[in-house]
Formats: sequence, structure tokens, C-alpha cells
Amino acid sequence: MMANTDKARVSYKNIWVVAEVMGGKVQKVTYELLGAARALANKRKSELWCIVMGDGVSRETEALFHGGADVALTIDDPRLSRFLDEDEASALVRLIGKHKPEVVICGATTRGRALIPRVAVKSNCGLTADCTGLDIDSENGDLLQTRPAFGGNIMATIRCSNHRPQMSTVRPRVMTALKPDPSRTGRIIREKLRPTEITDLKKVIEVFHDTENAVNLADARFIISGGRGVKGPEGFKLLKTLAERVNGAVGASRAAVDSGWVPYNHQVGQTGQTVQATVYLACGISGQIQHLVGMQSCDYIIAIDKNPDTPMMQLADVAIVGDLFEVIPALVKEIPKT
Amino acid sequence: MKIVVCVKQVPGSNDAKIDPETKRIIREGIKAVTNPFDTYAVEEAVRIKEKIGGEVVVLTMGPPRADIVLREGISVGADKAVLLSDRAFGGSDTWATSYALARAIEKIGGVDLVICGKQAIDGDTAQVGPGIAAQLDWPQATYVMAVPEITAAGIQVKRMHEDGWDQCEIKLPAVLTVVKDINQPRIPTLKGRLAAQKIEIPTWTAADIGADPALIGLNGSPTRVVKTNPPPERSKASLKLNGTPEDSARRLVRELRLRGLV
Repeated sequence: MMANTDKARVSYKNIWVVAEVMGGKVQKVTYELLGAARALANKRKSELWCIVMGDGVSRETEALFHGGADVALTIDDPRLSRFLDEDEASALVRLIGKHKPEVVICGATTRGRALIPRVAVKSNCGLTADCTGLDIDSENGDLLQTRPAFGGNIMATIRCSNHRPQMSTVRPRVMTALKPDPSRTGRIIREKLRPTEITDLKKVIEVFHDTENAVNLADARFIISGGRGVKGPEGFKLLKTLAERVNGAVGASRAAVDSGWVPYNHQVGQTGQTVQATVYLACGISGQIQHLVGMQSCDYIIAIDKNPDTPMMQLADVAIVGDLFEVIPALVKEIPKT
Repeated sequence: MKIVVCVKQVPGSNDAKIDPETKRIIREGIKAVTNPFDTYAVEEAVRIKEKIGGEVVVLTMGPPRADIVLREGISVGADKAVLLSDRAFGGSDTWATSYALARAIEKIGGVDLVICGKQAIDGDTAQVGPGIAAQLDWPQATYVMAVPEITAAGIQVKRMHEDGWDQCEIKLPAVLTVVKDINQPRIPTLKGRLAAQKIEIPTWTAADIGADPALIGLNGSPTRVVKTNPPPERSKASLKLNGTPEDSARRLVRELRLRGLV
């Protein structure tokens, strides 16, 4: 593949974070990425740019500066109120060609994982998915990207020495946002969509925000997850009560989803989602390998099961031997309402 | 409607071991299976064919023995299969893989729709589907959970997002990646199994698809794995609680408080 020459490579500078925008609002993951990217920019003595595309995003620039950005590059356009991957990718490819960033980082969300591979192919550069660690060589600007592979059984370190920019996605909750600093300011660059970037290949005709049953597992600090032992939809109501008490989300094993007790968007594991919550409470989940690979990177794992010998009970930091239908109500009683 | 489904052969077990010498994954002795997400892609393609007519071609890139996953596709209703196999493809990252698959899709010719699984369970990147769309310069829809409507000119899909879903209308040709929720894959029939045994599968090399040697394999891959390590060990200091439910709940909440978690 056409590698950049040494001379061409040094013309690329600055660290970019591509913002995750929903309903014109910059999402939390963006601030986490800014936190990680700030360290990279400091090490390289370069600037940290945040690229924000969406409808009404001009309102967000101040918060981005407070979160660590030096430059906010905006495309504020009502046509971007809905997610059009092709058009956003075309605009981003153009901006990359024009401003030549050394590194581009984006959230590994459903939107980020749709947008960035398209951009990477069109910009002829490498892309590493779901990085859990990022470091940069202060001399030559090579990004050292660490990511789990094979369901977290291997950590791989990846470099793209001959290509610029170097691109990574990072899952929500993996990096830490900086404490907002209201004294920080920055520079705003306003760009516009070009007519050729509005392709008309895709029309979003309906949007449904599931606020009632929002299951943002990727974003949740606390996940209360249920398996076969929860026995039915009624049991999941109990889990939901506890989840509400700790401001968490409800997860599920494949067995519970396949039984129709909860919808698929709750499923954790190999054919569901991989989660990285601070606390994962597994209720009546035996812990088949396909489930474990989706949650074993959570910081603090708690299991409730009648059987003390399941793989999940062995893995857990706290294993509670007992009937979840008794333990969970007791937990709800113990945890004060906030 | 001519539909290509891209399938991948993945290790059937997640207990992958690393060779300490080469730092590469030991694949010998681990049973290879069709990537689970790809089985939903094949099923959706067959359902579309059954609804509006057409042809389903399953395509994979891999070693000669990867024909197994193509035969699985045939057994559940795909009509043709193509195996992309050449040593020159070895070491391809997602950029080079999407390039090779896109060239093969062009050689198949007259394709209206490409369907892939959301991601493969070995690499977990979800980059090849959108990568193919970018290589072909076709529109894409990822995390597709339903295909409510399809005609010769266009398709309507529901895309899953963290905060709900959206429904969009896309012009064809296009690339979709699908999630597990989209359907329930069928079990192969006896007739399907026989067809899978009998089918002649052409093997295409890099030269056959007119691939630029600089864009495939390691040469075409901007990313390099420089090292692999085992993940950090989990602390084994686990706490077992087997008192009354009230007692266990109290002690757990105390542990959570100590860590500032509630």
C-alpha cells in the first residue's frame, strides 16, 4: 500500500478527537477521549482538536475547551441532525486531507464504528478498533495502540508506522475525562458541508429514541444482569428495580434473551455487547464462556446464584450463595434512594 | 436481486493460546466455525431471495479449508460460493481484507446488495463491512436489526443504536451489516446438506480478481501487530457470602460503600 514517505509523515500534526453527537449534544465518551488525547498532545507538544458534526453543535464548543480541546472544528448543519454515515465520512475525509492530523480517535459506538472504517479506507490509513490503551512515541509520533483480541484473552499492541493519520476507536468508559476547567479557552474553526458531500444515497425516515427502556450498556457504570435463573420477565422487573436504585442498566445472558424475557439490546456476550462497567452484578447467570468474554473486563464482578460452583461464581470478586429472589429485595432495602 | 454474503471462518473456541515464540495465535487443533453473526447475514439474504427472487452468493477469504463455511451457507439456501484464497492475502488487516473482498464482489458482477455480519468474534473490529462499502463507494447501513422493505431499486432498514433505532431508505447497490436480532437462522435440510457436499467451489487468487499486489496481504495493511501479551490477571481475592439474604446484602453494600460505588 502507498505508505507515506518520511517527509510526508512529518507534515501531519495534531491529535484529533471526532465527537460523538446525539440530538445536537456532545456525548460523554467524547470527553473521555479528550482526556486520553490531551496526554498524547502534551507528549507530542501538539494541539488537540475536536471535530464536531451535527445540528446545533456550535453551542458545544465551550464545553469542549473546558474538557481539554485547543481547537473545536465544527460543521453545524441541520442536515446532520440524523446520522448519514456516507456524508459525514466524505466531509471528514476532506478535512483530514486539508488539515493533516497525525492521530484521529473516535468513540467505538454504533455510529463511530460505522463512520470511521469508511473514513480510514478512503484516507488510505490504518484503523485499530476498541483500543484500551493509547500511547505515543514523542519522537516520531507513532501511536502505540493496545487492544483486546479473542474475547479479551490476548492484548495486542498495534502500530501504523508508515501511514498518517493513525486512527483508533475507543469504547465508552475506557478512558477518563478531565475535570472540566472553566478557565480554558480555545480556537473555533467553522467548516461547512460541500454540496458534493450530500449524496442523497440514504434518507433517514424515522427515528426512535427509546428513553423509557434505554439500555445504554456501553455507558453504564452499574450493570445488573440476569440469566436463566431469573426465570422470566417478572424476575427482570426485580432486576430493573435494583438497576434504578443504583442508576444502572439491565443486562442479560443469551439464554434470557432467547427465552424472550428481555429484548436483544440487553444481551451481553459474544453475540451481544461487550461491556466494561465498574460493577457487574450477575444474577442467575452460570457464566458460559460466550457470556464471560463480554463482561470479564468489568472492574468489580458480583454474582448471585444458588449454585456456588458455576464459572461465574468462581470468577466473581463477590459471590453470594443464595436465592436471587430473596437477595435482590434485601439489596434494594439496603441501598438508600438517591 | 443478486446478493453477496461475506462470511468468515473463526476459531470455535475463545480459549485461544499464544505461541510464546512467534507471539501468534495457535490455530491448530482449534475447530473452525462460521462466524456466528454471519449466519444471520446468510439467513437474511436467503429470506430476501425467497421474497423477491434472485441469487445468493457466499464469499469468503481464507485458507483452502475455509470452504467449510461456504458449504454451510449453501446448506441453508445460498446458490453459489466463491473462495478467495492465495498466500498473497496472508497477513491482511481490515483495510486489505475489505479491498480484496470488494475486488471479488466486482468480479462476481451485477451485485445489488452485500450483507455481512456485524463483526467477527475473533477480531471484533466491525470494520470490514463499512470498509467494503467504502472500497466500492456504495452506501452502507450497519447494526441492521430489520429489513422492513426491499425492492429492486431500494431497501429500507432499521439500524440499532445505543439510544434506540432509526429507519432509513438506501439506494442500491449497498452494503449491510446485521445483528443477531434480525432473524432466526434455519437448520439445513437434507437436500441442503447434499447440495453443500456436491457444489463445486471456484477458488480465486489475487491475480484472478485483478488485485494490486501492493494493496493486499501485509503490503496492503497499514496496521502491524508489534506484540501480544496475556491480559492483566484478575485478583483472586474473592469474597464468598453464604449467610441469610439480609446478611449477604448488608455485607455486599458495605463492600460497595468502601469502594465508593454506592
